[in-house]
Amino acid sequence: MANLSTKRLELSKDKIFNIVLGFSAIVLVLIGVGFFLSLFNASIESIKKFGFSFFVRDIWDPVQEEFGALPFIYGTLLTSFIALAISLPFSLAISIVLGEYFRKGLFAEILRYLTELIAGVPSVVLGFWGLFFVVPLVRELEIKIGVPPYGVGIFTASLILAFMIMPYSASIGKDAMRLVPDEVKEAAYALGATRWEMIKKVMIPYARSGIIAGVILSLGRALGETMAVTMVIGNYHGIPENIFSPGNTIASVIANEFTEATGEVYLSSLMYLGMTLFIITTVVNLIGRFILKKLQH
Amino acid sequence: MGSYKLRILKSKIISVFLTFISIVSTIPFLLVLYFIIKNGISVINWEFLTTLPKPVGEPGGGILNAIVGTAILILIALVLSVPLGISVGVYLAERSNSKLAFVSRLVSEILQGVPSIVIGIIAYLWVVKPMGHFSALSGGIALGIMMLPLVIKSTEEILKLIPREIKEASLALGVPYYRTILKVIIPAGLSGILTGILAGTARIAGETAPLLFTAFGNPFLNFNILKPISAMPLLIFNYAVSPYEDWWAKAWGTSCILVIFVLFLNVTTRLISKR
Repeated sequence: MANLSTKRLELSKDKIFNIVLGFSAIVLVLIGVGFFLSLFNASIESIKKFGFSFFVRDIWDPVQEEFGALPFIYGTLLTSFIALAISLPFSLAISIVLGEYFRKGLFAEILRYLTELIAGVPSVVLGFWGLFFVVPLVRELEIKIGVPPYGVGIFTASLILAFMIMPYSASIGKDAMRLVPDEVKEAAYALGATRWEMIKKVMIPYARSGIIAGVILSLGRALGETMAVTMVIGNYHGIPENIFSPGNTIASVIANEFTEATGEVYLSSLMYLGMTLFIITTVVNLIGRFILKKLQH
Repeated sequence: MGSYKLRILKSKIISVFLTFISIVSTIPFLLVLYFIIKNGISVINWEFLTTLPKPVGEPGGGILNAIVGTAILILIALVLSVPLGISVGVYLAERSNSKLAFVSRLVSEILQGVPSIVIGIIAYLWVVKPMGHFSALSGGIALGIMMLPLVIKSTEEILKLIPREIKEASLALGVPYYRTILKVIIPAGLSGILTGILAGTARIAGETAPLLFTAFGNPFLNFNILKPISAMPLLIFNYAVSPYEDWWAKAWGTSCILVIFVLFLNVTTRLISKR
């Protein structure tokens, strides 16, 4: 009898265990749903007042309570795409070197660590370094080419962003290159291709979707990056005239103004910005992950 | 044929060039390290680590408040995210094909890509606003949400790698399901789970954006999680954008400690996961 009752106890414990597991998964889903609902709820004032015109208005005036996100959306896209353009040649080179030339060995290990660890450096530290090292360099460059020497601005922010996102696309690109089967490569050699011709005509096309996924995921990173950008972008509320002008991104405006925001419409407009950023980065990330998943199956 | 030799030469030149470019791309990281160590190491001494900040202009003072704050924030984040993350991870590995598993996996992937500043807003809405003031708790919750997807993912992936036979052997011996999971499966995957926790800690230790309007910062020593608290990244930000040279020096010192800590976590994670 005692045996039977302990068995029953164990069975009911099993049930409880299963309920706990399922419950934790539900909690996670609730967090996700709550994320969006809370952001939407907090931006409702601003959505009511400005609607979709929020995205095309070029004004940010807390005194008159007139808000529009256009300069910040522009700044976010501009910095992210310039950063992508700067980082792409480097991350591609790293992917090829680690995916083909040096797949193993000490050099490969050192190169991998040195290129990937920069992603581990806290964003605020990179911003601080940027203020004291990159900003003076950019200022000198600006004096040479004859634009106003702010030092801070879109270009400086893009440079630092480029360092930050390079490891992501490099690492995913490298994995994609390593997935290319040896048979395919050997077939190219057998047809008389040199190593470079094999890389250009066989490896890169074969690994294309992985490389693209890496680029898209690093774009997702760049769009939402906050601290380093906030510190070196110059915090100017208008639409930047050229890539050396100061500007602002969605994330940097929120970081700068959130604690100072007085007034319901002001705060809710910042929330509206936050929701916009949330939606953009989520869409970009899901596309990147979708491509990666298709690749793995 | 001459053109064949030319093609081989071209291939060789390109390989040297690409290797050169990839070496060049490590320069920013080395420069950052050099800068931080050069400017930071001379600032770090016993007083720097064990005293509170002094008003501007007075010599001396340290960053004890920020070190303690970062430790407390990480602790709160761990307490919140590790049990929940492992539990969700086990669910995903065990009920891999259920609808709930599909949705949770999607949510976890979305959370992983959410910009840290947006997580800060959420913690503000969920904790700071109802409580009416900034607090260490809200900062810890923000950081906990950030590391949650990493714990979930590493748990799920390592558990899927554990052979079915181990689980079946345990069940066949009459060990109840919950004990099989807790005493056999999870211990077998412990190194993978630990890697996820370490990677998560490395990710949140240097985060500033989610703390700006949650933990907020505090010039005094604070152990009360319901009050605002300082953190090393917050202190670096506030000191870096200040106009005082003495504060810049302190920010370099703090950066040096923080970077060494985060890189140590990163390297350890890589070494464990390689085994």
